[in-house]
Amino acid sequence: MIDYTELMGFGPRGWGLLMVQATLMTVAVSASAFALGSVLGALVAWARIEGNRLVRIGADAYTTVLRGIPDLLVIYLLYFGGSEALTALARLLGAKGFVGVNSFAAGAIAVGIISGAYQGELFRGAYQAIARGELEAARSVGMPRLLLFRRIIVPQALRFAIPGLGNVWQLALKESALISVVGLTEILRQAQVGAGSTRQPFAFFITAAVLYLLLSTVSGWGFRRAEAVGMRGVRRA
Amino acid sequence: MTSASPNPSAVATRDLRKRFGANEVLKGISLDAHEGDVISILGASGSGKSTLLRCINLLEIPDEGEIVVGGETIALRIGRGGRREPVERAQVDRIRMQVAMVFQNFNLWSHMTVIENVIEAPVHVQRRPRADAVREAEALLDKVGIADKRNAYPAHLSGGQQQRAAIARALAMHPRVMLFDEPTSALDPELVGEVLRVMRTLAAEGRTMLVVTHEMGFAREVSNRVIFLNQGVIEEEGRPADLFAAPKTERLRQFLSSHLKA
Amino acid sequence: MDFHFLRETVLLLLSGVPLSLNLAFFSILAGAVLAVLLALMRLSGNPVLDLPARAYVFVFRGTPLLVQIFLIYYGLGQFPEIRQSLLWPFLREPYWCALLALTLNTAAYSSEIIRGGILSVPFGQIEAARACGMSRWLIFRRITVPQGLRVALPAYGNEIILMTRSTALASVITLMEVTGIASKIIAETFRAVEVFVCAGAIYLILNFAISRGIAFLERRLSPQLREQGAQDHLPEPAR
Repeated sequence: MIDYTELMGFGPRGWGLLMVQATLMTVAVSASAFALGSVLGALVAWARIEGNRLVRIGADAYTTVLRGIPDLLVIYLLYFGGSEALTALARLLGAKGFVGVNSFAAGAIAVGIISGAYQGELFRGAYQAIARGELEAARSVGMPRLLLFRRIIVPQALRFAIPGLGNVWQLALKESALISVVGLTEILRQAQVGAGSTRQPFAFFITAAVLYLLLSTVSGWGFRRAEAVGMRGVRRA
Repeated sequence: MTSASPNPSAVATRDLRKRFGANEVLKGISLDAHEGDVISILGASGSGKSTLLRCINLLEIPDEGEIVVGGETIALRIGRGGRREPVERAQVDRIRMQVAMVFQNFNLWSHMTVIENVIEAPVHVQRRPRADAVREAEALLDKVGIADKRNAYPAHLSGGQQQRAAIARALAMHPRVMLFDEPTSALDPELVGEVLRVMRTLAAEGRTMLVVTHEMGFAREVSNRVIFLNQGVIEEEGRPADLFAAPKTERLRQFLSSHLKA
Repeated sequence: MDFHFLRETVLLLLSGVPLSLNLAFFSILAGAVLAVLLALMRLSGNPVLDLPARAYVFVFRGTPLLVQIFLIYYGLGQFPEIRQSLLWPFLREPYWCALLALTLNTAAYSSEIIRGGILSVPFGQIEAARACGMSRWLIFRRITVPQGLRVALPAYGNEIILMTRSTALASVITLMEVTGIASKIIAETFRAVEVFVCAGAIYLILNFAISRGIAFLERRLSPQLREQGAQDHLPEPAR
């Protein structure tokens, strides 16, 4: 068995640099997915709080469906279905052959859509946790709705949502590993490539595991700090 | 008052000491409860009353001193980590079967009905036949006045009903001694009476009871002995008539004046 | 709407349901046993037991399930010691590797749920049990478990649904459960959307059935939350 430090190091035969690049890719795709999920989640939460009956049913359906089906299926849908659609579109415009959807895009959108379902729940709960009295007080001084939203609702909802958001972020990080099956060179895919090339699957997958643990731990610290900042001035129960 | 009485000793403690961290809560308590005694334990909060009771059935382990139940001394030793522990687990369980406790917060088991609560210890700890236990439980529930609640869950009962169920549960174990840890302190004022009534009945039957309470009426009229605890020490002890009418120490005087209704 | 294709697809996908359910059921079962052990280790107060259990939970919750599957399926086979051991007939089969990975994974999450349930039992009720002379094992069996179960059930039900979703990852190591069959059909026919809808529907129906089951169990186990006047258990008193 090849020496581990040589295998993962940054020397000529080392895979270290590639693994680091793959880690950056993981962070990038997870962050994109998380950001998309936040936008979708905010929309879903708004739909479930303020929307009319039809909109609310749609939002409920979205949440139920995406939390109930395997993430892998969603990724397949966006990757193969997206390629299908693009190919059809290209054919309409006269091009021949197969058009593949970019795996980063497909993966980020897929994980983003799933994340949106979780974040929607989260934001809704956070909104409901805001003391009604504070909203009434703001309305009673004549604050217009948009200002109310920006100055009272958003900061408070974010404060309550931070712990949950930390969880959802970790979920996105772990789900990004699934995007490896459609070819994106993030941590797991790079580990697979390395494992196949050097016939050292154990070393590579252990490294992958360690990298995910590192990302998860650092993220955990970050969110706990954010939580501490957010909880300034709040008396704990 | 003399502690030498014709009745055998039910429970006795010798020089009990208990520390919580740097705070010494019991500073050498010796008391002797004979069968049939109804002893009220009075004192301000922090005086160590609850701790004393909880040492008797070993919910707290005293740092020094002895506990004797029915003539049997509880064997304690210094265990791992330098803390005292019982020598024989089985002895502790046996002692606890003879010493029944009624808690301030009732502590009924919320996933069982009232009657299931009452038969739980007789059936599973004392290994009595279930049919007998059920029959007796029904009689006990009738005695405390909640026979119609036998199949209800604790959450559906009022505080007074829950406490009476807890008393029935304690009686079901056929205890030698009953310990009451502020049994009415968590109750709404209207509900206190029904619990005190049950306790009076038990006292009249000759049960041995140690009662930590703030209910001065009960202490004066029902108990045959009163102990006043102050900062971990027995400040005064004697017959209720003597203590209430002529307190010897200033502290007891102050305590009585602030607790007795005009 | 190509109903013929949809019908064919659904029939094909349904043939994968037994394997999906099999993986879910056995991994949850084995995972629960391991989870109880882990929870007890964490609650023991003894660092020799607590720390390894915490490390286990940290690792298995902090890494993706797919990485765990790959480690077991591809990684273990690298070692001659494993290939020559008694376990090899199992560890070279994708089914057992998937089952093992799923079990180890759910055990980590479930142990936290179980621990939460055990810790939720009001301490006063434990004290009352001790005061009656109940042994620690008796208290655990008669007081802690019944109450802890009721508290843990909703979270555990959620975990069961998540596990059913997770069985889809077994398709990546060639197992032909529902998602495995779905990806094969997509690769052959390029009709991703229709296949997705069929497969998704199957999973949703499975989840719905499981949710109903859990809700039923919750109602059965928590009669104290039901309306007053519910009569169960013991017969009417003899007059």
